[in-house]
Amino acid sequence: METALAFMCGIIAAASIYLMLSGNLIRFIFGLVLATNAVNLLIFVSGRLAETRPPLIGDDAAVPVQEVANALPQALILTAIVIGFALLTFVFILFYRTYQSLGTVDTESMRISEPAESDPDDGATPGDKSDASGRVSGEGPA
Amino acid sequence: MTEHLGKTGIERAARATGILPLLLFLGAAAMVPHTAAGESYRLAIAWVPGLGVNLSFMLDGLSVLFALIITGVGFFVTLYAVDYLHGHSHTGRFFVFLHAFMLSMLGLVLADNVLSLFVFWELTTIFSYLLIGFEHEAEASRKSARQALLVTGAGGLALLVGFLLMGIATGTYEISQMVAMSASLPDHPLYGAILVMVFLGAFTKSAQFPFHFWLPNAMAAPAPISAFLHSATMVKGGIYLLARFHPILGGSEAWTAVLVIVGGVTAVVGAFTALGQTDLKKILAYTTVSALGIMTMFLGGQNAPSLTAAMTFLLVHAIYKSALFLVAGIIDHQAGTRDIEKLGGLARSMPVTALGAFAACFSMAGFPLFFGFIGKEIMYKGALAEAMMPGLTTAAAVLANGLMTAVAGIFLIGPFLSGAARHPGPRPEACAAMCSGPLVLGGLGIFFGIVPEFVGNWLVSPAVLSFHAHLEHIKLELFHGINPPLLLSALTLALGVALYLARKRVNYGVCRAYEMIPLDASRVYDAAVAAVAALGRAQTRVLQNGSLHRYFYIVAGAFVLLTGYSYVHGMQVLPDIGVPVLSLREWLLILVILAAAGAVLVTRSVLLAICALGVVGAGIAVIFLSYGAPDLALTQLLVETLTVIIVSIILLHLPGLGPGRKTTGRKKLFDGVLAVGMGVLMTTLILTVLSTPLDRSVTDFFENNSYLAAHGRNIVNVILVDFRSMDTLGEIIVVATAGLAGYALIQKRRERL
Repeated sequence: METALAFMCGIIAAASIYLMLSGNLIRFIFGLVLATNAVNLLIFVSGRLAETRPPLIGDDAAVPVQEVANALPQALILTAIVIGFALLTFVFILFYRTYQSLGTVDTESMRISEPAESDPDDGATPGDKSDASGRVSGEGPA
Repeated sequence: MTEHLGKTGIERAARATGILPLLLFLGAAAMVPHTAAGESYRLAIAWVPGLGVNLSFMLDGLSVLFALIITGVGFFVTLYAVDYLHGHSHTGRFFVFLHAFMLSMLGLVLADNVLSLFVFWELTTIFSYLLIGFEHEAEASRKSARQALLVTGAGGLALLVGFLLMGIATGTYEISQMVAMSASLPDHPLYGAILVMVFLGAFTKSAQFPFHFWLPNAMAAPAPISAFLHSATMVKGGIYLLARFHPILGGSEAWTAVLVIVGGVTAVVGAFTALGQTDLKKILAYTTVSALGIMTMFLGGQNAPSLTAAMTFLLVHAIYKSALFLVAGIIDHQAGTRDIEKLGGLARSMPVTALGAFAACFSMAGFPLFFGFIGKEIMYKGALAEAMMPGLTTAAAVLANGLMTAVAGIFLIGPFLSGAARHPGPRPEACAAMCSGPLVLGGLGIFFGIVPEFVGNWLVSPAVLSFHAHLEHIKLELFHGINPPLLLSALTLALGVALYLARKRVNYGVCRAYEMIPLDASRVYDAAVAAVAALGRAQTRVLQNGSLHRYFYIVAGAFVLLTGYSYVHGMQVLPDIGVPVLSLREWLLILVILAAAGAVLVTRSVLLAICALGVVGAGIAVIFLSYGAPDLALTQLLVETLTVIIVSIILLHLPGLGPGRKTTGRKKLFDGVLAVGMGVLMTTLILTVLSTPLDRSVTDFFENNSYLAAHGRNIVNVILVDFRSMDTLGEIIVVATAGLAGYALIQKRRERL
């Protein structure tokens, strides 16, 4: 199961990166949610899986009597889930306000602080030619 | 602050700060009898003991000579500057910089550890930057300040390399200990590199050809700063360095050859250029370049007269040049111009200033009975006694001195003697505080010229002895009898008169010669600065073109490449991947999660995407539940539910996903490659982690102490609220901050509506 989950983590991470690169804020949010889940799962799997008892200590014992699940990754993930949620909420509101102010969810159209150069072919590196074609043409400085 | 204290208050306070250089001067003077007796004092404080860096100081004849010049000139400059800056809005700042510079300079000449010397060296560079750029509202001022900073700063870095190499070669960073091991240094394989680096540091600081261009430009500084930094102190830093390291690095042919040639060229080029200037301060700047060249040239020598000449001329020059800079400042301040063609008859309108100017100029010209004459005599004696290139040294010295005599004539005859008072200044003579500097310094030039034995025995000889243990005692005397140096002095004066008379023609020739030089360091500097700016613009255009997509691509790509590289570099044995044996329930769970993730990827419906995200989250909650983590499952489900609700509320206010991405297949391909790379990296990392044994020591600690130490039976809870409670506090702060920020964003919108 650990191996299978490792592959699942990789696939979800790949999907999240692809979504975050899309240039659409809504898809970016989806990517962020998936990335959070993938990373939480990564920590969980790294701490080893066992279909065993939760990390609790019985009423009549001072230390766990039987083998229990690894408590350390659980504590880490619990923190990560909550922080991830806080971040997500903030990003939602930020994007919502961005849309209200700018009227678009396309990141390539958001050019107020860094206006596009007049020459769109300038500065594109060979490895990243995709960018020049993805730029919204005719978008001057606001 | 300035407003509260008032301008008069500030000026009174500034005048009072003159007590600092005065006390330091008296302190240094009190040490003169001891250093003249050949004693030296050392004080060491451990600074970074782990690296062998000490804050150690040594006081000997050489340090005392420099310290007296620094504090003595510093005192007069402080008095002078109060009236010079009268009414300026940044007077307070000026004096802070001035005294900070003076203390750095003192640290430089007293440091015994090369690394602390370097620190003081760079401090003088920084404060000189602030002082040259004091009139920061003028662009020329800022530009000159930056030029001085970059040139001397770059030289400082070279010097640091030289110091570190010296530390490697000798095994110590203390100068006093290096001297003891210096005999073998010229044969060390690093000697050449050390020499180059130390020369770069000294030549940039002391404005030697071809790095001399920054000094005339630094004349954008206020006159007292030029008098202090650019005649008496900072530019002498390189000279100090060469003298201090003479016993360690000197003695080789390379040392002599480089210093004599560079110094000689600087001396002659600087003096010729000075001849054609019309700005009083530029004239002085170029003669300073020339004088620094002479000192460098004589420090290249190996015999006692040469080194005595360098130290004597150091003092001669510091005294007359600071006086002349102060005079130039007075003229500028009172008459409103420094152009010699517009000035005239100043001897009548400013008799006191003129007195100082005449005394200083006669010293510069090297007339008998003035200190400059003594300096010149010993110079010729040293040059003639040199074993290497005596002819060249003598010729350069005679030519440079002759030119300086002519320049002294230009400085005096035009502005002071010729014609009627033509300047438009309202107040003819400057106040007493401003005149005191030129008068006292000019008077010193006469006093030392008449009784040279005094200054020779107390200051110059001890200074030379502290870096050159010669047996021959060189006495400074007014009259040595009719000998070659005296004849050369006469020749120099005659040459000076001739050059003065022919100055227009000589200057024409100099200008033509300049035109023939295809490349000079000043243009190289400009090109280098422009190239750095162009590089900055180009990389900004490539890396920061304003496209979020590119930023994200670079960050994620760098993560994949760098992590991937270090993984492959430290290649573990690849984990053994068998086909996982799973139960039907597990297969179903994984397939459902993957299908949901795939749906998020391809769907164009926001609602479907939200539902699919919920499925992914719930699926992961089930995984948590199956493997002994009910707390996680509970939290995950709760958060997932809240996420779906919030996403639904907000996303329904946003536009739909539209017809997919407005992009080409090529772009999708590039994005896909990066995404797959990230996925592969993640999977590989997890599999690698899984193939290593699990270290349970931390978990064991928590399990064993959860109840016994923290009295909790839920180990995860105990970790969060007890063992790692500060982390949880941090987490709460993050949540609270996000909540506040979100609230503020919404609130702002409401206010606007």
